[in-house]
Amino acid sequence: MTTTWRGPTRPYDLVKEFVAALGIVALLTVVLAAVFSSPDEHAVTLQDWARADPHDFVATAAGELAGTTTSAGYGPPYTAEGESQSIGFLHLEQWAGTRIPVRPADDFVIGPLTATPHDTPVTAALAAWNGATADGRTAWASAYVDALAKAKDGDPAAVAPGDYGPVPALSAGLLALASGGGLDAAAVGAPATTPSGFYGTDSTRSILFLADGAYLDDLAGARHLHGDQWGMMNETGNYPGQPWLWLYSFWYQVPPFTGAWEANADAIIWGLMMVLSAALLFLPFIPGLRSIPRRIPVHRLIWRSYYRRYGRSTSRG
Amino acid sequence: MSSPPLDATGPQAGAPDVAGPPPSGWTARLRARTLDTMSAEDLLPDRQPAYVASWIYVFGVATLAALLVVLVTGLVLAAAGPDWWHVSGVGHFVNSLHLWSVEIFFFVMVVHLWGKFWMAAWRGHRALTWMTGVLSFLVSIGAAFTGYLIQTNLDSQWISSEAKDGINASGAGAFWNVLDVGQMMLWHVTLFPLGVGLIAVLHVLLVRRHGVVPPLEAPAALDVDAGARLDADTEGRVSLP
Repeated sequence: MTTTWRGPTRPYDLVKEFVAALGIVALLTVVLAAVFSSPDEHAVTLQDWARADPHDFVATAAGELAGTTTSAGYGPPYTAEGESQSIGFLHLEQWAGTRIPVRPADDFVIGPLTATPHDTPVTAALAAWNGATADGRTAWASAYVDALAKAKDGDPAAVAPGDYGPVPALSAGLLALASGGGLDAAAVGAPATTPSGFYGTDSTRSILFLADGAYLDDLAGARHLHGDQWGMMNETGNYPGQPWLWLYSFWYQVPPFTGAWEANADAIIWGLMMVLSAALLFLPFIPGLRSIPRRIPVHRLIWRSYYRRYGRSTSRG
Repeated sequence: MSSPPLDATGPQAGAPDVAGPPPSGWTARLRARTLDTMSAEDLLPDRQPAYVASWIYVFGVATLAALLVVLVTGLVLAAAGPDWWHVSGVGHFVNSLHLWSVEIFFFVMVVHLWGKFWMAAWRGHRALTWMTGVLSFLVSIGAAFTGYLIQTNLDSQWISSEAKDGINASGAGAFWNVLDVGQMMLWHVTLFPLGVGLIAVLHVLLVRRHGVVPPLEAPAALDVDAGARLDADTEGRVSLP
């Protein structure tokens, strides 16, 4: 069923209007692109990280072996262990399951080292690691993580003597591999969900490993990209980013999402945004909200020329 | 094999268009619910109601124009592949065109959306028009977001590592992996543009089918057929003479 206006009309050239709008938008786009360009800071490689901040890299590698990194304790969809977020009784993250399995110690450290020829100390360290019990591995790696945290500047060379087993050799071996560029092309770059690493279209493991360290986080903080800096909607440089995400980013800046609800903030904020989006979608059917335009008469500004000429009805229109 | 008898009341008989039994068959029903609902005049009118005289109306057309620029610049980037813009000056400029056309697209679309809100533009059988507009806005956010994820630079590394937590917490991350640049690239260059394009076409067809919503407080609003009945549902009543 169509709807037809039986009142006064005026000539209106829709096609001409569209062509004019297209011309203006295209011209404005060209001017903005020519004047402001667009940001493109190159992607950080694991080699960049290893060379720029080797202490952080070694601490992260040891953390993966100890199971103390963010990835190791993430929970679904990457690991079975770890606390997932929930909205009250809705454990959506848990219910979705571990569909993108990641084993940080094996995938980020042991696997790449095993797949690459090494000198004798690393080969011996791998043999020692593989021959140890799970508890023994955790004890070595945890002790080394603690010792690195206490060492001056986290320098592996300044670590106090202790029983760290093969962990220092494994971490140093991974640092050497990464510094040479080998780790970027090794198993860390392989897809998390397919057995073959020939086509590198899945960056899941690489980004998880990179994000476990402090290096990427420091780079982002210096560029005002952290979550508490409205980071979700920002991008590098002085560019507008995604301002349409302002409401989503907003919740991360205010209590209770920064306080009492922080542990489940992601889940609750997502739920909240789904509810708000649904409210916007179904607004025509929501009493009260749909009446706001009638109560705050912005429409009198929009249609002022029509009202001036034809007047306004006194009936509720 | 015998042919079925001709329907004497159908168009083949050359009969005038008179009221007959409701159309039967999928084809006839589809035609009745689509092509038969609009005339060429409805689709491309050269006159509009007198109240269509405000700058706010420009933003709907500007949104379509910006969408076209977004699609064209995106097609050029897609044709050359994901690495081209990192190594070519021309590619970087096309990327800049794509970025700024997206910024313009969202700006004019949000102004259009706010304008339609203050007009209560869902009145008179126009709720679906409003809903397709909102849906187009929401799907566009997904499209733009995946664009940021597939830049294959520092921005995409950081944005994806941050965004994964929210999407994983919703349960969707197990199926829609923002760290998988391959999956995001396919969504960005195929599924999202297809979604935005189809919804936008449907939105425009609905606008043309139901016309531009008449003013609140119109003295002689004659938004006939649907208006009086639907207004009871949407509280957007217009005064009939």
